[in-house]
Amino acid sequence: MEPRSLARNLALRLTIAGLMGAALPLGVVSGAQAQGSLNVLTWCDHEDPTLLQPFEAANGVKINYKDISSTAQILAVLGQSKPGDWDVVVMDQTDTGRLAKMGLLAPLDAKDYPFADIPAEIANPKLSSFEGKLYTVPEKFGYNTVAFDKTAVSEGAMSDIQAPWDPKYKDRVAVYDYYVPEIQYVALALGKDPTAISDADLPAIKEKLAALKANAAMVGDVTPVQQALATGAVDILVGGGEWVTAGMAKDKPNLDYIIPKQGGIRWQQGLGVFAGSNNKSMATKFIQYILSPEGQGKLATSSCYWGMPANNKAVLTPEQKKILRWDDQPGYIKVSYPYLQMTPEMDQKLQALWAQVMQGK
Amino acid sequence: MSDEAIAPSAGSEVESRAQVKARLAGLAFTLPAVGWILLFFAAPLAIMAAYSLMPLDSEGKPGPLSLAGYRAFFAESAYTAALWNSAVTTAVVVVVSTLLAYPFAYGIANILPRRWQRLALAMAILPFWTSYVVRSYAWLLALSPVGVINNLLLALHIVEHPLRLAYNPQATELGFVHFFIMLNALTIYANLVQINPHYALAARDLGASAWRCFLAVTLPLSIPGVAVGAFLTIVLCIGDFVTPQILGGFRGLLLPQVVMMQIQRQLNLPMASVMSLVLTLVVAIAYLGMQRWLRMARL
Repeated sequence: MEPRSLARNLALRLTIAGLMGAALPLGVVSGAQAQGSLNVLTWCDHEDPTLLQPFEAANGVKINYKDISSTAQILAVLGQSKPGDWDVVVMDQTDTGRLAKMGLLAPLDAKDYPFADIPAEIANPKLSSFEGKLYTVPEKFGYNTVAFDKTAVSEGAMSDIQAPWDPKYKDRVAVYDYYVPEIQYVALALGKDPTAISDADLPAIKEKLAALKANAAMVGDVTPVQQALATGAVDILVGGGEWVTAGMAKDKPNLDYIIPKQGGIRWQQGLGVFAGSNNKSMATKFIQYILSPEGQGKLATSSCYWGMPANNKAVLTPEQKKILRWDDQPGYIKVSYPYLQMTPEMDQKLQALWAQVMQGK
Repeated sequence: MSDEAIAPSAGSEVESRAQVKARLAGLAFTLPAVGWILLFFAAPLAIMAAYSLMPLDSEGKPGPLSLAGYRAFFAESAYTAALWNSAVTTAVVVVVSTLLAYPFAYGIANILPRRWQRLALAMAILPFWTSYVVRSYAWLLALSPVGVINNLLLALHIVEHPLRLAYNPQATELGFVHFFIMLNALTIYANLVQINPHYALAARDLGASAWRCFLAVTLPLSIPGVAVGAFLTIVLCIGDFVTPQILGGFRGLLLPQVVMMQIQRQLNLPMASVMSLVLTLVVAIAYLGMQRWLRMARL
């Protein structure tokens, strides 16, 4: 072959390879759908093969998942997808109304799910419904309160919500960097209702948050704060909970968490079906599986992070229940508050407040 | 018209055809690069600029075209402080990494025997082989209150309490300097080895001291290498999110961290676009300021 022909041939091959490469991301989803699959936007705890494989084997379906860690990421992924690309979403239940209002979620039938086995506070329609219709089903929850090293600080001392502000713990405190539960926690420490924060509350919250930061050694994302607590760089983690300590219970039995007597903030995940899904019956089956006692046990102890299952019939060993503080849950649920449901404007104000405090402004 | 008059004209026609052909071939060769720039730089930049002009309204939806996003950015002291922090951190990193990299590169280029130079360069780039994130966490293990350095200081009774080495802007700068010192050393070395050694010999022959020879001959000729390294440091450092996130402990946010907050939590693309364009503007200003020394061909 002549050099020019060779070059042309090579260029043609490269062009075809490039076009195939560009088409690949679209092809993955479309091809997988054709073979009987379910496409799930999920937090990392649903990606554990021990959770997914039984469902895949029983239903002859392949779960394709994409990792997300916030509602903003869900919206970002949807913005790059076409309707029908995604079937199921695992999301922060506080944002149910936001996504439902945008027309992204399909209404669900409560009869399809084991609501009788879910505590009333967790099944709270304020978190799962919009305009009287059910859009998400609660599946897992936990707390953003205080995780601590019990060999360094006492449980009794940590039972007071003011403990992280105590000067005797200066530079021994880490603060998780998600501003919503942290600001709510600060509001709770000020004796305010953390589910009803208004503009008038912000100056006091800012001052109290600044005092917490001044007493802390660091503020950080999940991994840095977890590392700081696990290595002993700090003894107290504000915003931490079972999601930090339970997974490390075997290796780090010195780590524990507590809900202070004044209360704490509760995170709660829900499962929803996308309005554009072409596979709604399989999506319903998947949610039913995750809500089943077996699915709930596996989800609660997922390798990514542990958390309390919503279904109180979850299959767990006595040891796992002990780590999750199973028997304390009724009391914990009573004194804990869900994430703040707020307007985008309020969200921007809280984020600006957080940034101001982090900048020392 | 005579044949003599026609002949040169035919010749120039052939010549001009060849020139056009060569020009077209040249254009064809540049097309992939131009296409790449248009597709992956100009178009995203234009989209980002458009987004920046549509700030979110109170409902969280993009509003009409306006400069309100820019006004909001400059009106929020936390955001302008983040821009200032980014500029200061980048300046510190550029200066410190250049000051440390220069003697290192000079030593390899001019002092080490040629057979050792390759090994020294390999050693210099070895840290590049590990993941950037892993390197940042490794620094955390060294600097944290229970890290190697504090443990050593405590064991030697040099300090009574752990020093606050991690979770502050200085830790971020250290992490950056560790990374960029290698980059700078490579660009400076590449420049130094291209300097004709006869220039220095001539200067010494004419009576210049070694120090004077360095200041008057080697240093000025190596400025392009320093400038390219410094510019690359500015570009990479000012937009970095990972190192301050891991080592900084949120003691003074940098602008990329604030950009990530806008995207990760709120998907506020208009404000993220405003901030990113401000960062792009800073880089552009740095480029214009350093343009006269940025001679990539010298590397």
